[in-house]
Amino acid sequence: MLYSRDGRKDDIVVRGARVLDPVEGVDAVLDVRVDKGVIARLGANVDTNEHRVVDGNGLVLAPAFVDPHVHLRVPGGEDEETIASGTAAAAAGGYCAILAMPNTDPVVDSAAVLGSLVEDAKAQASVPVGFLAAITRGQDGAELTEMAELADQGAAGFTDDGRPVVAPGLMRRALQYHRITGRRLALHCEEPTLSKGGQMHEGAVSAELGFGGYPSVAESLMVERDLSLAAYEQAPLHLLHLSARESVDALRSAQAKGVEATAEVTPHHLCLTDDAVRSLDSNVKMNPPLRSADDRAALIEGLRDGTIGSVATDHAPHARHEKEVPFEAAPFGVTGLETAFAALYTYLVEPGLLKLETLLERMSAGPARAYGLERPRIAEGAEANLVLLDTEVAWRVEEGGFRSRSANSWLLGQTLKGRPRLTVAAGRLVFEA
Amino acid sequence: MGEIHVMREGFLPPKQPPRRHLISIGDLARDDVERLLATAKSFSRSLEREVKKLPTLRGRTVVNVFYESSTRTSSSFELAAKRLSADTMSIKAAGSSVDKGESLKDTALTLGAYDPDVIVIRHPQIGAPQLVARYTDAHVVNAGDGKHQHPTQALLDLYTIQDELGRLEGVHVAIVGDVLHSRVARSNVQALALMGAKVTLVGPPPLMPRGIEAMGCEVSHEIGAIADADVVYVLRMQRERMQEGANYVPSLREYTERWGVTPERVRSGQKVMHPGPMNRGVEIDPRVADAGEALIEAQVRAGLVVRMAVLYDLLTTGPVPVEAAEPLEVA
Repeated sequence: MLYSRDGRKDDIVVRGARVLDPVEGVDAVLDVRVDKGVIARLGANVDTNEHRVVDGNGLVLAPAFVDPHVHLRVPGGEDEETIASGTAAAAAGGYCAILAMPNTDPVVDSAAVLGSLVEDAKAQASVPVGFLAAITRGQDGAELTEMAELADQGAAGFTDDGRPVVAPGLMRRALQYHRITGRRLALHCEEPTLSKGGQMHEGAVSAELGFGGYPSVAESLMVERDLSLAAYEQAPLHLLHLSARESVDALRSAQAKGVEATAEVTPHHLCLTDDAVRSLDSNVKMNPPLRSADDRAALIEGLRDGTIGSVATDHAPHARHEKEVPFEAAPFGVTGLETAFAALYTYLVEPGLLKLETLLERMSAGPARAYGLERPRIAEGAEANLVLLDTEVAWRVEEGGFRSRSANSWLLGQTLKGRPRLTVAAGRLVFEA
Repeated sequence: MGEIHVMREGFLPPKQPPRRHLISIGDLARDDVERLLATAKSFSRSLEREVKKLPTLRGRTVVNVFYESSTRTSSSFELAAKRLSADTMSIKAAGSSVDKGESLKDTALTLGAYDPDVIVIRHPQIGAPQLVARYTDAHVVNAGDGKHQHPTQALLDLYTIQDELGRLEGVHVAIVGDVLHSRVARSNVQALALMGAKVTLVGPPPLMPRGIEAMGCEVSHEIGAIADADVVYVLRMQRERMQEGANYVPSLREYTERWGVTPERVRSGQKVMHPGPMNRGVEIDPRVADAGEALIEAQVRAGLVVRMAVLYDLLTTGPVPVEAAEPLEVA
């Protein structure tokens, strides 16, 4: 389900870092030795076997991150991102695996398109990539794709991300197909007649600025519908980029009733509120929109208590000229791969809103679990998927500093704390600062 | 317009003022509004002279860029600039490079290359004036951006109310109609609240933005709520902004029945205002529009002097007595 360039597996020793794998229960200053891409030794004063030694003193070594929601823009949007540039950005962000969304041009709705992406990933991807395929042909919400065949071809899951599956009857059929594919459905929950014309969260700020409102209930109504259908069909599902308190509440109560539902939340929804839109900066325009302080609090609480198990960047590169327009004319979406950890460390961990351990779990094990991927872990015998984090360094987010082809980041000009120093993905050293 | 300029004695040589824009009423402090209204008042006196042209902005260039149709705003900005002896240039979206798909950024860069002192812009999208301000060195005046702001309209409305009632503090203004789509309503709520007036918004629930109370106004859905107001401010039913099938109101007929401002609903002594253009017989009864209590023409007259004041304020270091400015010899 994950594809990347073949090639060497690396030998490396990280000495004296604080090794922190909350799932494995490891939190100690240790040495880690990787032999040919596999964690061979974990302990004090391990033999280096003449491998290259990286000094981890004062740094945190954690399982590398998994991003379940990335727009690589291929095919069709190569001016904004490619598999090569997107995976380079992922490596710089500390990721060892990413999942790409199918809302491309053409849409990933056939075995042919999926197959060509897999071939491209094998040639270009420095970090393993999985591809989700569309639920409906052309993502137009009318006819199901050939989901069984797409699953056989290696689709990591199914989604019409960017658009909801509007018709409940069709949504139900897609859930039924899970019994054949075994691959999770990932749902963009938006009731289109309620969100129509919406530019930002509906509330006091939209009332003042005059923007068309995209109310919370446009999301939560669809979340409730999809959870009801999932309960009825006893099929699992994954909720994409939650933004509203009511959605978190609905998910929590569905989970309590035994519905197998997972969810993700983005760094921008965890860090910002609709107040940010007062800047009229097109880099705070996303779908779903930034919501109220109360919604943000509910998202943080949901992430903390595990109702929301994953952080997802929803990395959505856009060409510069597309965003250099009035807010209303700008497309939705912001980049995130290279800033996710730093943003969340700065906005949530430093102020004490979230424990570092929780953040690391939700950026790695959580998303892996949601999609049935192997969990990155720090243990002898495991494939090396490691990120070495400097939690002390402060750095300024600059337009020229991205490996991504696009720079539509909401963090431009901000100074953040924390940054990956080194990333090992699938046993290969893919990034070093 | 955040700075407050101190009036100084004697002659001051022209000095480059700090670059300021007028994009939102939110850019202004109460002092700024008071200064602008006072400047506008002195301009209104100068307009009573036989020769109405003042040399104040001679050699300055004011560019009007209108991406939306407008009669009173564009004409009043143009005349305001001319009365102050500025060179003016007006560009309409139709027939310009905009028709050929030029981006707003590129249009701003192109116009900026002429070094205009002021760019007045009206645009259907929120945030267009900020974008122009980012890519040019000119002072930018927002002449209406989407449903967001129309600050000179709010200033001329303040001017009209103050002129008529002698004060703004404590005045009760009821704004009636399609608040949701109205930049005039938003700017006015902000401006009136800034000056200590009380605002009640009246209209059908689907045309009332959720959360608007946070701007410092009250909301009612009953037309009877206008009864206590000193001023009834009637908004245009912006049919051109209604998305097809959106069903904000079931019919204009029902709207008029429930929320139309008719002689029966207006108390004697209540002043009536409308930003124009009016839909007579829809949001406002023609008998109300033509009655002596209507301030609609006064608003248009105020528009000229307020826009003169805005241009003057942006391009000079601060208030110099306008009375002292000699009328220009007519060429």
